[in-house]
Amino acid sequence: MSKEKKKISRRKFLVRGGLGTVGVLAIGSYIFRNPIRRAILAMANTMDMAYMGDTSNPMLWFELTKDNTILLHSPKVEMGQGTFTSLAQMAADELEISIDKIAVIHAATSTGNIDGMSTGGSTSVAGLWQPLREMAATFREMIKTEAAHKLGVAVSALVSENGIFSANGKRLSYAEVADGVATWEVPDVPALKEIKDYKYIGKPVPRVDLAAKVFGHPIFGMDAEMSDMLYGSVVRPTKIGARFISADVSKAQSMPGVVKIIEEDDFVGVVANSATEAENAKNAILVEWDAPNHLQTADIISLMTVGNGKSTIIQKEGSEVTDDGLVTMEFRSPIGAHAQIEPNGVLASVVGDKATIKIATQVIGLTRKEVAERLDLDEENVNVIPTYLGGGFGRRLHTPHAIQAAVMSKAVGKPVKYFFSRKEEFQHDMFRPPTHHVMKGKLDTDGMLEHLEHHFVSGDVGNDSALVPGILPPIIGADIGAIRGGFIQYGKVPNLRSVYWHVELPFATSFWRSLGLLANTFAIESFMDEMAVRAKKNPIDFRLAHIQDDVAGERLKNVIRAAADNAGYVDTVINGKAMGFAASTDANTPCAQVAEVSIEEGEIKVHKVTLAMDPGVAVNPDQVKAQCEGCVIMGMSAAMHEQMYVEDGELMPIIYGPYNMALMKHAPKEIDVVLLQGIDKPGAVGEPPLGPIAAAVANAVFRLTGKRLNEMPLRL
Amino acid sequence: MKISFFLNGISETIVVADGNTPLLWIIRDVLNVKGTKFGCGKAACGACTIHVEGEAVRSCSYPAKFAEGKQINTIEGLGNEENPHPVQQAWIEEIVPQCGYCQPGFIMATAALLAKNPNPTDEDIDQNISNVCRCGTYFRMRKAIHRAAELTQSANTKTEENV
Repeated sequence: MSKEKKKISRRKFLVRGGLGTVGVLAIGSYIFRNPIRRAILAMANTMDMAYMGDTSNPMLWFELTKDNTILLHSPKVEMGQGTFTSLAQMAADELEISIDKIAVIHAATSTGNIDGMSTGGSTSVAGLWQPLREMAATFREMIKTEAAHKLGVAVSALVSENGIFSANGKRLSYAEVADGVATWEVPDVPALKEIKDYKYIGKPVPRVDLAAKVFGHPIFGMDAEMSDMLYGSVVRPTKIGARFISADVSKAQSMPGVVKIIEEDDFVGVVANSATEAENAKNAILVEWDAPNHLQTADIISLMTVGNGKSTIIQKEGSEVTDDGLVTMEFRSPIGAHAQIEPNGVLASVVGDKATIKIATQVIGLTRKEVAERLDLDEENVNVIPTYLGGGFGRRLHTPHAIQAAVMSKAVGKPVKYFFSRKEEFQHDMFRPPTHHVMKGKLDTDGMLEHLEHHFVSGDVGNDSALVPGILPPIIGADIGAIRGGFIQYGKVPNLRSVYWHVELPFATSFWRSLGLLANTFAIESFMDEMAVRAKKNPIDFRLAHIQDDVAGERLKNVIRAAADNAGYVDTVINGKAMGFAASTDANTPCAQVAEVSIEEGEIKVHKVTLAMDPGVAVNPDQVKAQCEGCVIMGMSAAMHEQMYVEDGELMPIIYGPYNMALMKHAPKEIDVVLLQGIDKPGAVGEPPLGPIAAAVANAVFRLTGKRLNEMPLRL
Repeated sequence: MKISFFLNGISETIVVADGNTPLLWIIRDVLNVKGTKFGCGKAACGACTIHVEGEAVRSCSYPAKFAEGKQINTIEGLGNEENPHPVQQAWIEEIVPQCGYCQPGFIMATAALLAKNPNPTDEDIDQNISNVCRCGTYFRMRKAIHRAAELTQSANTKTEENV
């Protein structure tokens, strides 16, 4: 075999190369001068977003089957957050059938039921609360009308029980009613039931996917199969900003099991008979990269410093702080990896002018569009079949590897499954950006805050994302993701500032569960604790005194009181244990946490976390609690253990273990969750409880050691 | 090379070019039994935990050739909906899984622990269960492990009474 050395153009191998602009701007733009900015920002901050998809046609959502089960085609994906269970509860209650008669499945794009946005932002249940119940109620009435027609009675004479209609001694199942109907009479949307009358909504119904997940059913993207399937792998650089020069594929070509080497403008891939053979052959491709070696963690830290880049004022009341009596503290958070256990992967089959894509993704519509564009297919001819996700956390808000698998499938004429190695997952993650925060505050003579300012810099979250329209960042001026949790929730402080600084990093960063919330709350709530100590006040009372009296303020005060009361909060160290307190408001959901902490053999040990949250109506209180427990532990992992670093131009580490995460032994043995209901509809659940944990733990450590920890991961 | 072993009690013989191929891929891709998961390929996360002769083994780093003649069990062989293993029963009672991807590995690791130590303390659990769960279900898992120990013991008591 001849030695091949092919020159391939250099574009697209990495999202970015080279450091971003570094500069200092004295005058930042101010968001509140522009009404459009203000409106979009308010939406981004509260995440009070309507569902973006078709909710006019129940037939898109519900499918009747012969065994009288109703299939609910969900355009929202199930990634652990429990959405499928909540959707089943909402549908069953308005369809007036038993929940075990509903099977929730992912809607393939061929059904036409496609989410206009993504599964993310803690919006799934909240966004579908009204439309899904309305569609279910409408569908129920459609069936009823037809049943009455078939049974020859008035609708009022029908007896309906668990999907079976009866009248005059005759019985019809939902499926029998629907059989042969060509035209449906669609009624006006019927009145919905009162929440108190629901049988499933508001109850701790077991997860609908429980058995599948306990008995090991093949439900994930990695488990997808097609006959004659081959395995693909794609070469990825290890260095940040690496530019492709050339690839020598001669050795790889003769490796066992190799079917084809695929060389495209923007990637080199291998297709082989097995996953191991594909991986081995890929590793045998000799790639020459032009890669800078100089980049180190210290460079990233110096880049990520308040004052660099461009600033936008996102919150402003009263005047700027003066130096007189000023308290200033700085905080930092590191680069964070998603580290979801199921690696990104996809199974693609391209036959003629049609493509089928099975994939774990949070962006079904975007994935379809990208594959169609690359292969020059009609979008309608690309069927994306979503699978369960082995973790989402924002990592799958862009899944362009579907393009690569489709290109490889087309090249070999067979289905190709392709997934990332763990090293590729760690080095090509779309990371949680590192942040730097400068907090400034000033107390008046009564020990009340006269000034409070949060100045922070973050790498991109929403900016430069395939999900956020390019037009949006220039309008808003601030990154809608980075500023989550960056607002100061203490409205009684007369002089407030929150100022966001935008710096571009040389590697890709994006959405990580709760976005800016964890780091922003770490800074603000650690500082609030410091100011309470300086004011010689109880940190609970100190916070309560600074919260305004509107609806959001009352809800926040209520969760603060509930967490403190349930934890029996005391501001003193007892038997070597101290309590730390913090609170946050994210996506219009307030959450407060008390962490009970001691120091064991030089390590921070969290024994118990008491959490109070007001998510509005909890459609499934058990799964809301599960999200709270999960957020506490994932937040602890990020706050106390995890960090990526940059060494000689390479993002490290590349494996679990060295990428230190919370394990069983680190998880608190008690997590006590208290749910309040301050609004009469469901709000955000999956991310808001991640906010307070870092500050709560750090504030407890301060009481134990007198040391104010100001860097994540928290170290003594 | 030809390798023969028992997978969930069924005799299997496979032919593989490279005997060092991880057993995980033989189970998943050759025998098409998908409950055992790939997480990291370096025995660091535990998603691929199976039982080899009753011992918990991370199959992503276990060469297939070592399986010769051995009893291999996966999540599919542990129990089913009609007859769940006590660990699976406890997992259902405590509603443990979120995304669910790591759960077969944890369930297999727990079943192996309980077979050796029917009533593990919290410290035993901390020391023996070292898999990674990104959703953070550890809090419910700990409760479920204690519950599984109870279920196992009450099942054993009943069996003894019957004898």
